[in-house]
Amino acid sequence: MIDVLYFAWLRERIGLGRERISTQAPTVKDLVDELRAREERYALAFEDTSSLRVALDQELSDFDAPLDGVREVAFFPPMTGG
Amino acid sequence: MLRVQSDSFDPGDELSAFAKGRHDIGAVVSFTGVVRDTDKTLKTMEIEHYPGMTERAISKIMDEARTRWNLADVLVIHRHGALQPGEVIMMVATASAHRAAAFEAADFLMDYLKSRAPFWKKEIGANETAWVAAKDEDEAALDRWTSSPPD
Repeated sequence: MIDVLYFAWLRERIGLGRERISTQAPTVKDLVDELRAREERYALAFEDTSSLRVALDQELSDFDAPLDGVREVAFFPPMTGG
Repeated sequence: MLRVQSDSFDPGDELSAFAKGRHDIGAVVSFTGVVRDTDKTLKTMEIEHYPGMTERAISKIMDEARTRWNLADVLVIHRHGALQPGEVIMMVATASAHRAAAFEAADFLMDYLKSRAPFWKKEIGANETAWVAAKDEDEAALDRWTSSPPD
């Protein structure tokens, strides 16, 4: 089981901020493919991953990264702090 | 010191208290970010964040600043939640023996907070609502800290 979090417009497009899912996806990219295949709203939200960022266990990472041992995956648009 | 909070704060009070009573400091530099409403259409700015990662990411940036410059103290306060035009969003303060380190470190902290701290701003206007898009130049601003590491 893995916690998947969504923020900002991604959260709005998918319609929830957090969900716990069962997955065997070896990498972030594979997880995104699984999510896309689920429902239209996921497919639309993850249409262009170049406009998205990913964090694994609260550290910025990338879409090629392995999910082995990861408990929390977060997807979000580029940050606008400050 | 780092604080991530929804409550408002007074940057003047924070600055007065910052590095108070220390005699090894010759320079204090601060930056305050304020909700801007240039076109007079903004009603509210909503700032979303990623609890947990926000604190981790900012702490990392502060540690990096302390590694690069000889700083006596560093302060970051960043708000989240619903803010009105004119309200203070965040502040950064740096203290060091000499001004160059304090200026550079404050500049570095702001560049990284913009693009590496997990906050997302949403502008709720009279007629429309939109997420603030990250700017390419904000991302590019990080390059100047990686291409030639400051002393």
